[in-house]
Amino acid sequence: MNTPAVDSPTQAPAVGPRVADLASVTRGDVEEFLYTEAELLDDWDLDTWLTMYTDDCRYVIPCNDTPEGDPARDLVLIDDDALRLRCRVERLNSRRAHREYPHSATSHQVTNVRVRPAEGDELPVVAEFVVWRFRGERSTAYSGRYHYRLRAVDGLLKIASKRCTLRMGSLRQVSDVAIVL
Amino acid sequence: MTIINDPVVTAPPAGPLVEEDRAAHRFRVHRSTMTSREIYAMELEKVFGCSWLYVGHESEIRNKGDFVRRPVGNRQIFMVRGRSGQVNVFHNSCTHRGAMVCRQDRGTSKVFSCFYHAWSFNTDGELVGVPGRDAYGDGLDFSKLGLRPVARVESYRGFVFLSYDPDIIGLEEYLADAKEYLDLVIDATEDAEIISGTNEYAINANWKLLAENSIDGYHAVSTHDTYFKYLGALGTDLKGGVTGTAKALGNGHAVLEYAAPWGRPVAKWEPLFGEASREEIGRLRADLVEKHGDERASRMADTNRNLLIYPNLVINDIMAITVRTFMPQSPDRMEVTAWELAPREELPQLRQRRLDSFLTFLGPGGFATPDDIEALESCQQGFHSLGPEYNDISRGMAREPQANDEEQMRAFWRRWHHQMMGDA
Ligand code: FES
Ligand SMILES: [Fe+2]
Repeated sequence: MNTPAVDSPTQAPAVGPRVADLASVTRGDVEEFLYTEAELLDDWDLDTWLTMYTDDCRYVIPCNDTPEGDPARDLVLIDDDALRLRCRVERLNSRRAHREYPHSATSHQVTNVRVRPAEGDELPVVAEFVVWRFRGERSTAYSGRYHYRLRAVDGLLKIASKRCTLRMGSLRQVSDVAIVL
Repeated sequence: MTIINDPVVTAPPAGPLVEEDRAAHRFRVHRSTMTSREIYAMELEKVFGCSWLYVGHESEIRNKGDFVRRPVGNRQIFMVRGRSGQVNVFHNSCTHRGAMVCRQDRGTSKVFSCFYHAWSFNTDGELVGVPGRDAYGDGLDFSKLGLRPVARVESYRGFVFLSYDPDIIGLEEYLADAKEYLDLVIDATEDAEIISGTNEYAINANWKLLAENSIDGYHAVSTHDTYFKYLGALGTDLKGGVTGTAKALGNGHAVLEYAAPWGRPVAKWEPLFGEASREEIGRLRADLVEKHGDERASRMADTNRNLLIYPNLVINDIMAITVRTFMPQSPDRMEVTAWELAPREELPQLRQRRLDSFLTFLGPGGFATPDDIEALESCQQGFHSLGPEYNDISRGMAREPQANDEEQMRAFWRRWHHQMMGDA
């Protein structure tokens, strides 16, 4: 694992569709982009996955019982900025993330993709997800709704923020959120 | 979603489940304590039926009619702020034919109406409505058909406990020397509240493994390497390491108290907190010194506490404060519920540091707790190898116990054994 691209976005390999500007982005573009993210996560290519995020990104998962939870005020499950996201990837790439070594097999399934009208330079996108996680003899599934805010940066879509609101009433069935949703 | 199909379990031994030989510095626990259904059933009765169990924090039901519902010791109960402001805890079961009368995890209500036949109860549990009351003869005394309160409820400085045993000793006496440590946490936080957002997860392992893990200093370095790397990446100087002591506090309670390299929102500054918060933390600290004197203030500010209140309440007063309970579901599964305790009025940047610390270390989406879960599940699966029959818990028996020794676990196990043998 080398220097993640959040530090040097110019070296990022181009993943996802090329887009001229936000106004021209189609749902097809967005779907392809989200499927690319899902594929990178399922392939555990987390270094490349990081390049899909902006330098000022945010990745948030509120607690199950407070879907509207505000990470500045309420306890949430995950609240990563670019640095913490990079640390998360470093952790998951190491053999000492015991919960994910060996890695789970995952299947990120993204559906019901809706592209909302652009707000300034950001494109709100909403989608449903089911993330299957298989490890040992155990299979569990996370399900909920993604809220993305995308930006066009040098002709590529980037994720400025991703919020995963879990639909499951608790984490009891899945134990934890040791994988990236 | 079982990991192991029909696990073969170790049968309880002919001899004692917990064996201690002080002269030989040996302490061991038979693994059937973690796998046997008989022992599990006995535990529900003798441990969970006869201890003080944490229900919740008073800040969760600040106003009259506020309630929270949650199982405690595998029994459905709910806690509600009654009409004169007192805390009531009821068995969550209609006195008519049994349905749960409180069917939401939290909320505010003046009455709890059972939807089945619409009997309704007020926040003091009194039966206040029975549709078609005239169908009943004179023999039925409706005043006796109020909700059944749990046998005992007591609150210690905002922490509400219940006991299903009417004859149990009072809560303060039960807390024994753990009271002093609870006081340290409470005095340092002052007007504390449980903040919104609950961690509700589960571990496919025996509940006692989490009691052990929560006060286990020995595993930190090996298990949580990636967390310490993360702290290092943020600029925390980890050279000092962790030094401290482990103590038994009576009645099975135990504590680790130690100095650690990380900062504490109350009230130890570190660069990670940012220059802006330096002054505020200094002020908090000066406040503590003024109120509690140098020595106690420094304990509050500088040292960390992992406190186990027997049998299943853990308060980690470290870089954030967790309040965590865990309930057994079977010999090899427990449900964990964790809350974050914080001062009600707190500077936003300190609250942010506290939240960050909690979720990165103590939360199930963080850089440490998933690895604890893995460790515990791994132990549980290992028990089914049926090789070694005993766990060894002797560490530190030949010296003054340190924070990475196991005296605190021995305290837990001694009490557990005592209760299970029926002479508690
Ligand atoms: S069971 Fe509650 S009213 Fe009948
Ligand atoms: Fe741990």
